[in-house]
Amino acid sequence: MTSRTVPLYRAAHGRTGDKGNRSNISVIAWHPALWPLLVEQVTEARVAAQFAHRRPSRVTRHLLPNLEAMNFVLDDVLDGGVNDALNLDSHGKALAFLLLDLDITVPEALARHLVGAEPDSFPPEPWRHA
Amino acid sequence: MSSPAPAPLRIGCAAGFSGDRTDAAGPVVDALVAAGGPSFLIFETLAERTLALAQLARRVDPDRGYEPLLDELLRPVLARCLANGIRIVSNFGAANPRGAARRIAALAAELGVAAPRIAVVEGDDVGAAEQRPLLREALRGSADLEAVVSTMVCANAYLGADAIADALLAGADIVVTGRVADPSLTVGPALAHFGWRRDDWDRLARATMAGHLLECGAQVTGGYYADPGYKDVPGLARVGYPIAEIDADGHCTIAKPPGTGGRIDAHTVKEQLLYEVHDPAAYLTPDVVADLSEARVVELGPDRVRVEGVRGHPRPATLKVNVFCERGWLAEGEISYAGPRAEARARLAADVLRERLGALAPLRVDLIGVASILGDDAGAYLSARAPGEGRDVRLRVAALHADKATAERLAREVTALYTCGPAGGGGVRTALRQRLSTHSCFVPRDGVTARFAMMGTA
Repeated sequence: MTSRTVPLYRAAHGRTGDKGNRSNISVIAWHPALWPLLVEQVTEARVAAQFAHRRPSRVTRHLLPNLEAMNFVLDDVLDGGVNDALNLDSHGKALAFLLLDLDITVPEALARHLVGAEPDSFPPEPWRHA
Repeated sequence: MSSPAPAPLRIGCAAGFSGDRTDAAGPVVDALVAAGGPSFLIFETLAERTLALAQLARRVDPDRGYEPLLDELLRPVLARCLANGIRIVSNFGAANPRGAARRIAALAAELGVAAPRIAVVEGDDVGAAEQRPLLREALRGSADLEAVVSTMVCANAYLGADAIADALLAGADIVVTGRVADPSLTVGPALAHFGWRRDDWDRLARATMAGHLLECGAQVTGGYYADPGYKDVPGLARVGYPIAEIDADGHCTIAKPPGTGGRIDAHTVKEQLLYEVHDPAAYLTPDVVADLSEARVVELGPDRVRVEGVRGHPRPATLKVNVFCERGWLAEGEISYAGPRAEARARLAADVLRERLGALAPLRVDLIGVASILGDDAGAYLSARAPGEGRDVRLRVAALHADKATAERLAREVTALYTCGPAGGGGVRTALRQRLSTHSCFVPRDGVTARFAMMGTA
């Protein structure tokens, strides 16, 4: 079966939250069919590598299968957090987009569930706004 | 024939932080009035740092220390809320709930409406001398205990929903709090309205997650979500703020006022459900430990999403306390370079500043347009990138120093790049701000007394 490599943001979306020196980043599948790929490929090790320059002391992945979502908790990645970091973005609010820049491999049979490629691939549900 | 389900409790949220839009409440109140039935309006205006800033403001003027935008938030809707039985709950009391209550009473008088019954919730402030032993015990083991105690600006415990519910049951039209857990602003009204037991963990957990979805305002209705071509949000400029419809079992449906912009669907709700969550099986609040590991979201229709499957466990034995300390001065400076070799000139400017200031304090360097906020303070991210051909680059440097005069010099050095730095630098801006550091700890629940007081109507 052929497959293609795409940025994670075509298969999932997410948001960063912060408390103290700890960041959490959600990764939410755009479609249930893509969820197993996320579980298999978006691992603690790959996320830790993507954030290596932030020197996480620990990366923990929590799975929420009912939501087709995972929650990454990255310890000690905010240079002290909102009140201590010298970063303009001391909350680390932009970090979700660093995670969503990971690559994932998607079988061609599932490629129709990716967003951002074909103009008619989103929005899928009839009641969504045009 | 089964009897129809009782009317849900509606709770609208019209602010998600201090500095949020002040025209958000109008459409929310319109929708609550049109729906009829029991309803509340909440404003969440107290981020971690906001309370410490409020405490500093109160030091300067004892009448201040509450939400600076209180008038702007309330004036457009106060009379209509009171006339329609929409009760208001907010943490806009910040460091001075009684001051806020007095201001609201004065505002009601200015508007010519009957004096509302205003309650204040107190007990979150654990910074007083008599509570010092409690704090010292909680902070024991932190390396800089003496420094924390000697430079402390404030220490506040996160209170829960109980005192809010008690104030509402005592007849308050408006409840003003200082530090409470954000979801408790929603749990309090739900507890008072439905009369749940205070150890009804599943219902408390469900209402807690309703409050969690509301507490950041538009973040659940399409705000902070849009990504053109990937996550499109209609009418973002007039995004509607959320209304939770809570049933007698605590389950909630998230909606927004008709005619407003924004989007509520399974995806916007999932993003906010996991916002600032660590272990989804144990979301800790003073009211309950919520378990959303089995949560589900159901799209009921356009801009209507129901949350199910949340469970609860007994509340923690301790309360979280945030201690804020003075931590010197943050100096920042920026200068822009554009056109051919802009990045090389910006990098040279950074080298100049490093050479002149490196001995004074660790200097953070950003090349805005090349590498900035994804980077780290130590500069590993930036130094891993080979110099490029950026043609529109803004250099930013930042440093922290205990001494204000030294911090001022750090900022001035950026201004001096006008005449002493590389060619063509422009648009210098510098800023100097007092810095506060946070220390979180946990105190036994019985060391903190949450209570409400009904303010006089005079």
